[in-house]
Amino acid sequence: MTAETVAPEIGKRRTRKEDARLVTGQTNWTDNIQLPGLLHVAFLRSPQAHAKILSVDVSGARQLPGVIAAFSGADFAAEQGSLPCAWPVTPDIVMPAHPPMAVDEVRYTGEIVACVVARDRYAAADALERIDVEYETLPAVLDMRAALADGAPKVHEAGNKSFEWVFGNGDMDAAFRDAPVVLERTYRQQRLIPCAMEPRAAVCAPVADEFTLWSATQIPHVLRVMLALVTGIPEHKLRVVAPDVGGGFGSKLQVTAEEVLTLLIARKLGRPVKWAESRSEGNLSAHHGRDQIQQIRIAADADGRLRGLSVDLLADMGAYLMLVTPGVPLLGAFMFNAIYKMDAYSFKCTGVFTTKTPTDAYRGAGRPEATFGIEHAMDDLAAQLGMDPLALRERNWIQHSEFPYTTVAGLTYDSGNYEAATAKAVDLLGYADLRKEQQARRESGDPVQLGIGVSTYTEMCGLAPSRVLGSLAYGAGGWEHASVRMLPTGKVEVVTGSSAHGQGHETAWSQIVADKLGVPFEDVRVLHGDTQVAPKGMDTYGSRSLTVGGIALVGACEKVIDKARVIAAGLLEVSADDLEWSPGRWSVRGDPEQGKTIAEIALATFAAHALPDGVEPSLDSDATYDPDNFSFPHGTHLCAAEVDTETGKVHLRRYVAVDDVGNVVNPLIVDGQVHGGIAQGIAQALFEEAAYDADGNLLTTTLADYLVPSAADLPTFETDRTETPATTNPLGVKGVGEAGTIASTPAVVNAIIDALRPLGVTDIEMPCTPQRVWRAINVAKGGAA
Amino acid sequence: MTKISMVIDGVRYEDEVEPRMLLVHYLREVAGRIGTPIGCDTSNCGACTVLLDGLSVKSCSVLAVQADGSTVQTIQGLANGEWHPLQRAFHEEHALQCGYCTPGMIMAAVDLVRDNPHPTEEQVREGLEGNLCRCTGYQNIIRAVLRAAGSAAEHEGATS
Repeated sequence: MTAETVAPEIGKRRTRKEDARLVTGQTNWTDNIQLPGLLHVAFLRSPQAHAKILSVDVSGARQLPGVIAAFSGADFAAEQGSLPCAWPVTPDIVMPAHPPMAVDEVRYTGEIVACVVARDRYAAADALERIDVEYETLPAVLDMRAALADGAPKVHEAGNKSFEWVFGNGDMDAAFRDAPVVLERTYRQQRLIPCAMEPRAAVCAPVADEFTLWSATQIPHVLRVMLALVTGIPEHKLRVVAPDVGGGFGSKLQVTAEEVLTLLIARKLGRPVKWAESRSEGNLSAHHGRDQIQQIRIAADADGRLRGLSVDLLADMGAYLMLVTPGVPLLGAFMFNAIYKMDAYSFKCTGVFTTKTPTDAYRGAGRPEATFGIEHAMDDLAAQLGMDPLALRERNWIQHSEFPYTTVAGLTYDSGNYEAATAKAVDLLGYADLRKEQQARRESGDPVQLGIGVSTYTEMCGLAPSRVLGSLAYGAGGWEHASVRMLPTGKVEVVTGSSAHGQGHETAWSQIVADKLGVPFEDVRVLHGDTQVAPKGMDTYGSRSLTVGGIALVGACEKVIDKARVIAAGLLEVSADDLEWSPGRWSVRGDPEQGKTIAEIALATFAAHALPDGVEPSLDSDATYDPDNFSFPHGTHLCAAEVDTETGKVHLRRYVAVDDVGNVVNPLIVDGQVHGGIAQGIAQALFEEAAYDADGNLLTTTLADYLVPSAADLPTFETDRTETPATTNPLGVKGVGEAGTIASTPAVVNAIIDALRPLGVTDIEMPCTPQRVWRAINVAKGGAA
Repeated sequence: MTKISMVIDGVRYEDEVEPRMLLVHYLREVAGRIGTPIGCDTSNCGACTVLLDGLSVKSCSVLAVQADGSTVQTIQGLANGEWHPLQRAFHEEHALQCGYCTPGMIMAAVDLVRDNPHPTEEQVREGLEGNLCRCTGYQNIIRAVLRAAGSAAEHEGATS
């Protein structure tokens, strides 16, 4: 018997295995979990941005029927520890204690001050009304510049500056001295709310001194380690499960106060408890993203060649440092230089405390901010030079022939083809024709002006080599784990340390294994997201799962194949050296009829009747992969926007994206990631902002105020690809999860400004709402703001 | 407590509920129909959309007592031996990623194509405006609804 030749799975447009439960309502969200005797937890949150807690009286809550318990911060003070920050970016970073439930002081609206535990969620909500908290109001600190001023009210005793991190390369003085062109700009990255569609939830079941915690998390493995460290519960007595998780975008890359407290409450009561947040609660208290003030200076030659780039960031940490809060803006340090060559580069970031919800990773984490800064500046520089923005980029980008290329920021980009991606995008958009139309509209004074926005991005993703993360003072490694279990009937169970929450790993990983082991796609089942089932992992964020976890899986498959070879040799009574592998089968070289399929070998291994001496009866394997480098997807996004100069309304007429993510395992999934990413980036450009009032109250607590775009708000995206394989991993793959978000925000804002530049508009603060666009036009005309 | 009775996905339920209980909580926590998730508390996201006497409603904006005597269809009652054309189209067009919005999105789409079996892209975009998705950028959702509209409407017994 010979193995049939089958078309490779990798590259196939496979529909997803996950869908069967998702389209039929059989999904296991955390809030769907029911356990006998399950109690409901509700948290009382501070209505003040900054206040001393004078007293908390929970006795009224305890008297209501159906209420089992009510606690204040003092009840947990001895055991709750401090929420962890795993990224102390400088040796002298100010990292204040962060009790999960506030004890003495609250520092943002939404911080937890008390909780109740009741038989159902209605009783719990009622009981919250019966808790009395006395506050002494302290001054809110809402503006980063004001926070750093002398004499500013302090968020923490140690002050409002958490850290200052500097980085650079090359001679900045020489770059700026006598530079023919200098551009100076200040841009604002507004604060965003990730808004995964599934709100956060946690369920904890205690059994004796062991605990199972289900959480809507991206990081069950990291969470388990951190919960053990924070609470002192031994790691081996904690099981963390991420069941079906409804999106994350970084918001569930966190060790939350609610997770810690759910665990501690379950321990205190010895009963299973559930917490499921409302959207308003989530908008208030799940970490926010972005929020930077970017001061950018560029020195260039008269022909547009970049000499030097200086970046000075203020990054709003919010009230506390969460899991990777300080590291997020620093990821941008390596990305402001983007795809461009330059002589010198300097970067400074100041982390600032304010009395707002803490910030942390949000889709792209530091890289969208950097890409927005540099791509906006490149368009501004092109305008200053009178150059076409694409020509300026081409003047400076790393040419295809120059890869691998070590950038001014010290990263080595293994591969890329900016020329090809840009040429394709230009062609797809019909760039030249739209420029002509733009010119005609300008000349005719059309009230609806046309702008073309350019964004030629790259990103570093697949976090990443452990040694690099270590050199940046990050607390964890960047490896990923996989194991393969060959079942006696030839079916395959794959265990991955990645923790999908919408990415489709069950499908894509099946495709990889099907190709490597030569088994049918349908015969592979992927297990993940439970520390008891998948004991090792670094989880899913930073577009790392395929480029790290996928490669670990390749390694695990190769080990299975190697083990199968020895066993097949025994079964066939030949030397292992005489065997050759074709997908799914070891056969005798020169006598291909003689062979054993992987399924036959699996069954023979299970029976273990005739294994060679000293060979263990198992084909199962484990592999851990630590990459040598990041992966560097790139692409060119072009946006054509019509701007009504009388109303300020922006209409996205065309959106073209040509992305290069290396080899593609599943084009269906890759296109979906790109679509969603673009939508999220457009949302930042046009719609979304976490807004606070002067007292520090969040104004955008609901989806009526925080404008996640609907289908009616977005255009159809025109997407295409170039495929320049990564040279640093055996699949030739690059990350794709964040690319669209990174690219699209500057493409849209550049388009709007391009439309309005002849009117004198050079910047509009995001989100570019009709009101802001109209106001920018009015100011440029000399009117009032 | 108020006594209510309704048919959910073909099964009759009778219960005593607090008058303030939302239909979605009744479905999830009393009737055990957990296929309908909750995505917000202000009727903006549409994740909890079900059909109430054949019309799509956000079940977080209806009290259980208001649904007394009604027929409710949830995502769990949509497939009848085989998947509904919209379920198939969502799968084939990759119209879902995390899948949290999917039950509501599909139920809203069922109502949409019953009303308009041959919608344009713009009509689908506007028709689904009340259902938010954070993963897909809506592109494949629109594609799936356009692809399935005719057969889904036929399946639902609509006449064009």
